[in-house]
Amino acid sequence: MRITITINGIDTEADIRGPESLLTLLRDELALPGSKNACEQGECGSCSVVLDGDVVCSCLVMAADAHGSTVRTVEGYGDHEVLHPVQEAMLDSGAVQCGFCTPGFVVAAAELFDTNPSPTSDEIREALAGNVCRCTGYGAILRGLEDLSANNAIAGDQTP
Amino acid sequence: MMYTTEKTTVAGGVGTSADRPDGTPKVQGNFAYSSDLSAHGMLWGATLRSPHAHARITRLDYAPALAIPGVSAVLTLDDVPGVKTFGMAVSDQPVLADGIVRFWGEPIAVVAAENADDARRAIEAIVVEYEELEPLVDPEVADERDSVFRRLEIRSGDQDVRGEVVVEGYYETATQDQAPLGPESGLAIPDGEGGVDLYVATQWSHEDHRQIAASLGVKDDQARVHLSGIGGAFGAREDVSLQIHLCLLALHTGRPVKMVYSRQESFAGHVHRHPSRMWYRHEANRDGTLVRVEAKLLLDGGAYTSSSPAVIANATYFAVGPYRCESVAVDGVMAKTNNPPCGAMRGFGAVQACFGHETQMDRLAAALDVDPLELRIRNAMGPGDRMPTTLQEIEGSLPTKRVIEQMRDMPLPPPDDATHPLHLPGGTGLTTDEAHVARGVGYAVSLKNLMFSEAFDDFTEARITITPVGVEVETAAAEVGQGLITICQQIVRSVLKMEHVAVTFVDTSQIGSAGSTSASRQTQMTGGAVLAAATELRDRVLNQYGGDDLDERGIWREGELIVTLGEMTDRELATHHVQFRHPPTEAPDEHGHGNLHVDFAVAAHRAVVDVDTELGLVRVVRVDTVQDVGKVLNPRALVGQIEGGIMQGVGLAVMEELVIDNGVIRNANFTDYLLPTFADAPEVMAEFIEEPSHFGPFGAKGAGEPPTISSTPAVAAAIRAATGRPITRVPVRPDDIVGL
Repeated sequence: MRITITINGIDTEADIRGPESLLTLLRDELALPGSKNACEQGECGSCSVVLDGDVVCSCLVMAADAHGSTVRTVEGYGDHEVLHPVQEAMLDSGAVQCGFCTPGFVVAAAELFDTNPSPTSDEIREALAGNVCRCTGYGAILRGLEDLSANNAIAGDQTP
Repeated sequence: MMYTTEKTTVAGGVGTSADRPDGTPKVQGNFAYSSDLSAHGMLWGATLRSPHAHARITRLDYAPALAIPGVSAVLTLDDVPGVKTFGMAVSDQPVLADGIVRFWGEPIAVVAAENADDARRAIEAIVVEYEELEPLVDPEVADERDSVFRRLEIRSGDQDVRGEVVVEGYYETATQDQAPLGPESGLAIPDGEGGVDLYVATQWSHEDHRQIAASLGVKDDQARVHLSGIGGAFGAREDVSLQIHLCLLALHTGRPVKMVYSRQESFAGHVHRHPSRMWYRHEANRDGTLVRVEAKLLLDGGAYTSSSPAVIANATYFAVGPYRCESVAVDGVMAKTNNPPCGAMRGFGAVQACFGHETQMDRLAAALDVDPLELRIRNAMGPGDRMPTTLQEIEGSLPTKRVIEQMRDMPLPPPDDATHPLHLPGGTGLTTDEAHVARGVGYAVSLKNLMFSEAFDDFTEARITITPVGVEVETAAAEVGQGLITICQQIVRSVLKMEHVAVTFVDTSQIGSAGSTSASRQTQMTGGAVLAAATELRDRVLNQYGGDDLDERGIWREGELIVTLGEMTDRELATHHVQFRHPPTEAPDEHGHGNLHVDFAVAAHRAVVDVDTELGLVRVVRVDTVQDVGKVLNPRALVGQIEGGIMQGVGLAVMEELVIDNGVIRNANFTDYLLPTFADAPEVMAEFIEEPSHFGPFGAKGAGEPPTISSTPAVAAAIRAATGRPITRVPVRPDDIVGL
């Protein structure tokens, strides 16, 4: 079956065998391994992508069901020159250790800040409760995103 | 040529929160983990595993699997050309089943196919018939039958000493999983000449290499193990999992083979933290002096040896904790059963013992009617004291009293008046009635050895080269996420005053072993090797050129630059390689005595919990800690280790448990094996004691394990304080709180 998906702004065609997940398609067929395969059961959020505006676990989405959709993966945030503010914030706070969960956190946090540029600590915790990190204990992730939220609030106040 | 210019002021040296060099690719999603690798013409591997904890294989027919188009190979133990078993200290686990399966999930056969789906289909097509055997799953029965990996009987001091106040207790800790997010995975590529290159996530590439070469029956230089990107470890990657299988498949098919475990396979494919049963008796004088500890610690090692002998030794040696005690009788038993094999996990035996000795110290304080921290301070062990078990005199720093006192003085959080349901034990499920929430505060203190013990020849190699653009560090040490890569850079920057330091993880053919990334050892061992190599290199270069200072510009004499780095063309002069050892340790005598350990660290934890006493739910509000770290090399990375380690300790305290039913893991997935999420994460306040280690770069001590050890009993103590329930087992279940 041949499907078409817009991935990170690029119209992409892919042949799928049948039952594979969007995660498998991205990783094994489309050379986009940034989305990670940690549980493949929708529990850990390491494979998070944005599908037509919603953060989803790409391991739970049939590739065939993504036909005609718009998908944004971790590779679609920032570019070679400039990182996304969420990526910068996580680096600054030491939120990256082994980094296996990091792509999922980047995607989920970027979408949170897209809709709510100055989330509270509780809003950050709740929005990211579907992403498991085994290394950091979440403290550094929270501090980085709290700093970003505070900076956004200041920038927002200064906007005429 | 002579220059006059400004010297470099180097950034990112020791003591700074230097950035990780791998941070940017990790946030961009283009850091290559072992599960991300691919090669032209690659096959996919898969593993057939036993559905039984103990059975005899009566028939194994893989012809139907080979008949599937796209399936290239099905291998069993008969296809292992070399040593048919593997294992770190003891080679007792068959590479593939030897006719008997001894635990649930034991590998029986491996296949290689054109894609992952075909490989899975091939596994399902293999016909296996079993005669089920009775599994031995009760460690107490194993103990009675003398089915054990190791016994220790430590008798120290006058065995007739008795105290005026006695407390006894029985405690259990459950099986915990390291659950690194990166699944076991790797890529083996045959070299066409009978050799193979393996790219894999591991904690110790040279130990893997030794076992791989033996089982393949190849010369040492025909197998090369390359460190790939590692998605966490925590002990789960110290043993061989798929390494030998991948190399066998690659050599058999002549093609690259990749394998990635599913999460369920990962639970079956690596060792776990040993479950424990512990009987304790503490005796003290009325003045609070601890005078005698009797204990029996029974841990279940499962079906194969792994590192179990060292884990039970650690549990036994640290059974009393960081306290003086003149009379000790501790028995340690590591049972051999048909449960899933257990081995290394962060804390390595000290975790289990700490839950026992700290609960006992609280009980003793209650019996004596004294403050639990005062009791601990009164008995705190320090430099010059002897370990109550091994009788080793403590050398260097051990600020037990200070970590307790400083923790006691940290401010407590105010009552939580936040309105968000995340602040209630029932969370956003909205199950908690606020009228039934009780707050509790609990404390615990831990002691852990650093680096390898018991006469192990523990060494690490490193090579440092000054290049025209900076410095290259070559090592085979595994960067599992903890930040060793940054520590190496910082040490070199501080010694050579050069900011541009590249750390290259080289394969087993290019350098000797760095030892395992475990036992909180790499900062002191590989960090120490890098410090020694950089210092010796600097001195040699300065001596050669008659300089008095060195930095990123070149060699200086009396304030003038005399040679630039680009002009240093003598490659041999510009490279230095070291093999670095810590001071030797002894093997224990028949009583368990001796100078068995090279260094120690203490930590104190205070947990604050809110408990829904009606529903038995717990919210860990915060965990504060004071940790003995010797010297802070990177404050931000250190806080990261401490917060992450505490989270794993909290996990064991309130939710993490592998449910094993007659040898079968019933929750081998992330839906049923609960990991702490953002909603479960306590606030953490961490403070450090910097009393330099007698052995460690700049006085630093390893810091990875202590956060995981006493955080668990601190949370349990806080739940006990909130509820008045005994809480003698972790993880604490709702039933233990509500008491149905």
